[in-house]
Amino acid sequence: MTLVGAASTGSSALIRARLSSWSLAAIAAGAVAVTAVLFAATPMQGRVAFVLVAAVLYVVAQTTVSALVEGRRRAKDRLVTSIVVACSCAAVLPLVAVLGFTIAKGTAVLSGSFLTHTMRGVAEQDANGGIYQAIIGTLEQVGLATLMAVPFGLLVAIYLVEYSSGRLGRFVSFFVDVMTGLPSIVAGLFIFALWILALGQSFSGFAGSMALTVLMLPTVVRSAEEMLKIVPDGLREGSYALGIQKWVTVVRIVLPSALAGIVTGVMLAIARVTGETAPLLVTVFGNPALNFNPFSGAQASLPLFVFSEAGLPNETAVNRAWAAALVLILIVLALNVVARVLARLASVRS
Amino acid sequence: MAKNVQMKDVDIYYGKFHAVQGVNLSVPPHAVTAFIGPSGCGKSTVLRTINRMHEVIPGARVEGRVELDGEDIYRPGVDPVEVRRAVGMVFQRPNPFPTMSIRDNVVAGLKLQRVRNKAQLNEVTERSLRGANLWNEVKDRLGKPGGSLSGGQQQRLCIARAIAVQPDVLLMDEPCSALDPISTLAIEDLIGKLKQDYTIVIVTHNMQQAARVSDRTGFFNLPAADKPGRLVELDDTEKIFSNPAEKATEDYISGRFG
Repeated sequence: MTLVGAASTGSSALIRARLSSWSLAAIAAGAVAVTAVLFAATPMQGRVAFVLVAAVLYVVAQTTVSALVEGRRRAKDRLVTSIVVACSCAAVLPLVAVLGFTIAKGTAVLSGSFLTHTMRGVAEQDANGGIYQAIIGTLEQVGLATLMAVPFGLLVAIYLVEYSSGRLGRFVSFFVDVMTGLPSIVAGLFIFALWILALGQSFSGFAGSMALTVLMLPTVVRSAEEMLKIVPDGLREGSYALGIQKWVTVVRIVLPSALAGIVTGVMLAIARVTGETAPLLVTVFGNPALNFNPFSGAQASLPLFVFSEAGLPNETAVNRAWAAALVLILIVLALNVVARVLARLASVRS
Repeated sequence: MAKNVQMKDVDIYYGKFHAVQGVNLSVPPHAVTAFIGPSGCGKSTVLRTINRMHEVIPGARVEGRVELDGEDIYRPGVDPVEVRRAVGMVFQRPNPFPTMSIRDNVVAGLKLQRVRNKAQLNEVTERSLRGANLWNEVKDRLGKPGGSLSGGQQQRLCIARAIAVQPDVLLMDEPCSALDPISTLAIEDLIGKLKQDYTIVIVTHNMQQAARVSDRTGFFNLPAADKPGRLVELDDTEKIFSNPAEKATEDYISGRFG
């Protein structure tokens, strides 16, 4: 059959007609031209609409032409490829837009003095003032939360992967899953009710870091658990076979092998809680002045600062919020870079 | 060094599953004993009971006696960690510790048992790597990661690691099945050399290998699909391969099944 077909068309059955790249470019140019005509002739307008219409026209035209020239299988392939590419672009777009917007708005106010001064005695319409107190507050609160959540979470993960077998493990695992979905304001209210109302403590950075710990814990446990699980059992057995105790095996063989992944997971958890606002509202409270001591008295924090400044009906205050948001993004970015470097240094050697 | 191993009426279970039944055997020191048999017949399971390695799997248990120079290693109070210091093991897949250098891999057993003496560690590194026929290939790059070696070198590194803690018995669970023929030959040569100092028990799927390296050979078989595995016979390798006492052994060796 194939031989007859090949002979009758004078070419191999393995070669099919294909659209060349210039014909695709021509289709693209045609789509843009048709859109331009449409926009001139009808009441349609707007740059975003233009791009969208041109893109849809291109995909439809390309699929139709491909179906005629290359056959249905290739046409389907082109259609699905176009959709996948379009979705990927659409997914990146908001990220780029948020970053671009924040950089554009934030750099206007950002300066050395903005980073090294507090808001003490600065009215909302004043152009001076800064976020020193908020930077210190955020670093202290997130730092304390990390100090509490990471060892705690790591030990839970080690228990779940290396030691648990049965009901307690499944029970803990289930509640870690439930905690992952805990709304952050609930974590804040929990600490507010327990620490501030029931135990009579004051607002403080430490109260905030406890709320952040509650939020970090499930992320740390889950990511560390996944990383420990993918350490091959062969390594554990190799270690046991040398007469090495189980806990030494866990600490010296299993943990180092999983370290890169665990560091990444911890950094994601830190990045997530660094931007938390709701739980800090009811625990840290916010403070225009500098309070170095996280264990006593209200503190500032970057997300809280952004929240309160952005709500003020004054341009200078809103600009300060943008600049603080930019600093917040930069801090998270810096943490991520540090984490990646650490993970690379600690990673499995090959 | 080089102790003998005795098994008396050993039954092995994984939870309710009866894996191996009624094994009686004796493994002499300074000799290589090979276990052969079809897949799933329990030869690896039997091997792993000799250093209590099967206990890593939850629900596994052993009935009967497994003795090391007459001492029952399943007696209450025996610490599996101590058993494994006396009975080392090499696995099917080379498993060097990926975060450690070649040197640290070799002395991992000592280092993690808190031996800190630098001179002693260096001496053990060289002695073990020489013992595993690997010294000349790696002596200039001891600081490189263990994972940077070829598969055959990694397996010899694992053997060096196992003999660095000076066990009495060395268990090998299909040590060549993930290796090419040249690396296999290197390991087989090494096994012949190691038996001067150790009692060696090796599980292999390769009957030629059993014939080449072992002094005694045990044949394991499954009587039926849902029955536990059994040791059919254990005798001098020459006799097993030329004139076995059991028909099942002869059928297996001549390739009539398995």
